[in-house]
Amino acid sequence: MRYNSYFRTIALLLGIALAFLACKKEAKEDLSDISIFLPSNFPAPYYNLSANPITPEGFALGRKLFYDPILSRDSSIACADCHISYSAFSHPDHGVSHGIEGLLGRRNAPAVQNLIWQKAYFWDGGVPEMDFIAINPIENPVEMDESPANVVKKLKRHPEYPALFRAAFPGRDTIDGPQMLMAFSQFMGALVSANSRYDHYVRKEAGGTLTAEELAGLETFKVKCSACHSTDLFTDNSYRNNGLLSTFTNDLGRFEISTIQEDIGKFKVPSLRNVELTSPYMHHGKIKTLEAAVEHYNSGVKDSPTLDPLLKQNGQLGIPLSTSEKQNLVAFLKTLTDQTFIRDTRFQKPE
Amino acid sequence: MKNFIFKTLFAFSAFALTLTACKKEDEGLSGTQSVIIEMDNRAGDDELVFGKNYKTANGDTVNFSLFNYYVSNFVLVKSDGSEYTVPKDECYFLVKHEDAASREIELKGIPAGDYKAVRFIIGVDSLKSIAPAGERTGVLDPTGAGAGMYWSWNAGYIFVKVEGTSPQAPINAGAGERIFQYHTGLFGGKDSPTLNNLKTVNLSTGSELIEVRSNHEASTVHTYVNILEMFTSPTNINVATNPLSHAGAFSKTVANNYADMFTLDHVHNHN
Repeated sequence: MRYNSYFRTIALLLGIALAFLACKKEAKEDLSDISIFLPSNFPAPYYNLSANPITPEGFALGRKLFYDPILSRDSSIACADCHISYSAFSHPDHGVSHGIEGLLGRRNAPAVQNLIWQKAYFWDGGVPEMDFIAINPIENPVEMDESPANVVKKLKRHPEYPALFRAAFPGRDTIDGPQMLMAFSQFMGALVSANSRYDHYVRKEAGGTLTAEELAGLETFKVKCSACHSTDLFTDNSYRNNGLLSTFTNDLGRFEISTIQEDIGKFKVPSLRNVELTSPYMHHGKIKTLEAAVEHYNSGVKDSPTLDPLLKQNGQLGIPLSTSEKQNLVAFLKTLTDQTFIRDTRFQKPE
Repeated sequence: MKNFIFKTLFAFSAFALTLTACKKEDEGLSGTQSVIIEMDNRAGDDELVFGKNYKTANGDTVNFSLFNYYVSNFVLVKSDGSEYTVPKDECYFLVKHEDAASREIELKGIPAGDYKAVRFIIGVDSLKSIAPAGERTGVLDPTGAGAGMYWSWNAGYIFVKVEGTSPQAPINAGAGERIFQYHTGLFGGKDSPTLNNLKTVNLSTGSELIEVRSNHEASTVHTYVNILEMFTSPTNINVATNPLSHAGAFSKTVANNYADMFTLDHVHNHN
């Protein structure tokens, strides 16, 4: 009798534990509905999605790679160390990031979002194809300092990756770099942020209410900012000198790619989506608050031969903004924060 | 009698003609065969040997340790002027001097016929340079057979990669040696322009044609590739003042120089 009761209790506990485990596993691993969200307020993407269609397995593999320090020479640094989900995959509080052996980078780690709508990647646009983004940080001596060929070798020897590659790319006999790059693109391409309060407002969806202050900020934005931060992606994908410095010596920006003199000091216009979360700002990461970033355009613009003409009209530097305009702009910019995006567990570190 | 001779002659002639006709069928003028482009790397009049000293036009002593280059987009020009373009998925080759097999480029499936010229690109064309990862296999895979021939930060292939030492070169801070490095790439950019260092090479066979026959072994186009041409014509390179060239403006000079490093020495037909 006692024995039986014991047995029953144990069986019951085991059952509950199993049920918990099952639930937990399901909640974490169900990627069957993964797809790339193409918002109605965005233009058509530049990336050729049909050349690399997203699958749950390819996405899961890309996500695992994104969070895995195996990509770095000494297995110390993962992509996700400088591209953190809760800050829209940027690096909060880091003007520049520290890579392998604590070495410092040269430019602020940008947010990783809405990549399939970008024409080129990195502050200087040096990589025009999304598939080839990952090779850059892998090879960079102050980031991961590893050869991509060696990464492929390490993945082949790994206890888990070969099966994950086979699941993601059935019919191939071995792991190779193109498969790795395609998996990266499936994960990074799915990082679409378009569910901010502003998005709901423009798409006339529930939850799309903007305050009077925010609406006033939007009006100011349209008049004074949207020439560069255009479309609902909030960038025109161009390279511009926004007057951060009067001379460019350490970092010549787009010139380092194009070798065209007029490109000295020009950097890619960043999107402003989730800008509330991506501090510090600008290519050098030296502006710490949203208020200071807005103030830069009002009073901080420095002249140089390649300064963008929009920042020097009628001989006057910058874009004049009143105190209330600045406040309204900051209020509006905060409506671009997308809590759904940063809380999406499918984009976070896998089990 | 005279008539008989005539008739016999006529019969023989007809027979001979038939034979010729038959022979024509068997001459291998239908079907396809490979053409081998043999890249014979040289330094001036000598064979290129790594670790040996050569003199540049500027008078610098150069000693090579690396010589790799992409050649692609081969077109063969027939004697009648019509052209055969090698299919895209078979037209990219990476020649590495230290790998003898890579110096023999086999263009497969060339339609039988007589060809008077070969045309190709030094480097990887712009379309392929921006193609999705799934189309960058084999020598175009920067994580595989193409490792070391790709710039990750200014994304694209290194078309021609030359490295070595020279007593005229300054001591390189990183290497601690008197080295030179000429890594040349840049395809012109995708949406925003960069330099375009793609060069087209035209090799005419002169009086000897490349006789492609399906019933003979592949013909070989023996091509000289003179590494010293990279240092001269049109612009002499001074190793002391320009020991390094990568994705900067000087790469244009290097590419203009090496554009004429390929010359056709002779054609070897197996007929």
